[in-house]
Amino acid sequence: MEDPGTTATILTAREAGLVACTGCGRLDHIGEPTCSLCGASLDSRDEQSLQKVWAWMIAGLIAYIPANLYPMLETETLGRVSDSTIIGGVIELIHHGSWGVAAIVFVASVVIPIGKFLAIMFLAYSIKHPDRTSSLTRQHLYEAVEFIGRWSMIDVFVVAILSSLVHLGSVVNVNPGIAAVSFALSVAFTMLSAQSFDSRQIWDADRRVAA
Amino acid sequence: MPVAKAYTRAELDGLVACPACDALHRRVDVPVGSRSRCLRCHTVLTAPRNSAMTQIVMLAATGVVLMVAAMVFPFLSIDARGFSQNSSVLDAVMAFSDGIMLPLSIATVALIVFLPLLRLGAVIYALAPMAIGYAPAKGAARAFRLAQALKPWAMAEIFIIGVAVALVKIAGLATLTIGPAFWAFAALALVMALKDTLMCRLTVWKTLEQRRLS
Ligand SMILES: [Zn+2]
Ligand SMILES: [Zn+2]
Repeated sequence: MEDPGTTATILTAREAGLVACTGCGRLDHIGEPTCSLCGASLDSRDEQSLQKVWAWMIAGLIAYIPANLYPMLETETLGRVSDSTIIGGVIELIHHGSWGVAAIVFVASVVIPIGKFLAIMFLAYSIKHPDRTSSLTRQHLYEAVEFIGRWSMIDVFVVAILSSLVHLGSVVNVNPGIAAVSFALSVAFTMLSAQSFDSRQIWDADRRVAA
Repeated sequence: MPVAKAYTRAELDGLVACPACDALHRRVDVPVGSRSRCLRCHTVLTAPRNSAMTQIVMLAATGVVLMVAAMVFPFLSIDARGFSQNSSVLDAVMAFSDGIMLPLSIATVALIVFLPLLRLGAVIYALAPMAIGYAPAKGAARAFRLAQALKPWAMAEIFIIGVAVALVKIAGLATLTIGPAFWAFAALALVMALKDTLMCRLTVWKTLEQRRLS
């Protein structure tokens, strides 16, 4: 722990019998149903948080499988049709020598989603099974997941742009593949999973161990 | 666990709980331009900015203007062996809107046009009356809550990167040229990011509360 002296003297809103509004930050006594300032419903801790996290994450994982197996794009060049999956698209970019862009797509479509699945699983698991990773590290990991997760949408936008723009008669046509839809769903589901996570639980578990 | 005591409203308002870890802090007046952080998890609690209210509203209004410009002006033009085609942002994401891909087009329009606009509108509705010294409009609290909730789903800046990747991907097949709408969109992403750094959640809510009571 960073600074045991400070941590020991810290009192949480819940321990003081209070609940903080997640919308506007106003404090009220536990038991108050809605916030008197912004009208949001008050919950000291979201008790169903972990269930929602797992449910959305499993949905995201399921959608991520077809997203990798089926084509994102179907390119028709002078009558020849070629499909490309997420990985196929990255390899194509490398063949064209566009290393930088290949790296962007690879990070956004492969590294971030998989990293995000692992990070959320670890965070959710660590609430019930605390380990030696400090609460602060886990808090930072959660913030990173929330911040970076949305950037996975890049490839979906690429598909949307190319497939609606590139319709040039018999020369070249680009059509979206079914993977684009399942990938977009996967990103949305994992965003919902991360949003369902109540980071205050990270710190509660820490105090139970310390006590 | 200490026995829960009853606090008065004034006592409650003198406290602030960290949104990330629930640690209680005494609410202190933070000098404009600096920020206060949670002692335990270092999450920013408040970061008041000078005359931020007016600047936020101006930036949000600029954002709306830029979005309209991005809709009206040509976005991309494509050339390949004699074929050429101009398109607006809406064409670029909606032209392919039949069959199973319709949901994809609708989702794209929502993420890059509709939700950013809704968010800008909600911010203006909630803060504009206060920026010029009036009491907040009816439903201002709900509007601002909506603006907060929409934050992760407004993806204008991610779309810009998507366009850049698309330009490279198509380079071998056709020539894509970017139009003024693209730059309007890039400026929009910048303006929205700037607006979000100026917007201190606690300060906005505090002001909303004070103005509503007065
Ligand atoms: Zn509230
Ligand atoms: Zn904290």
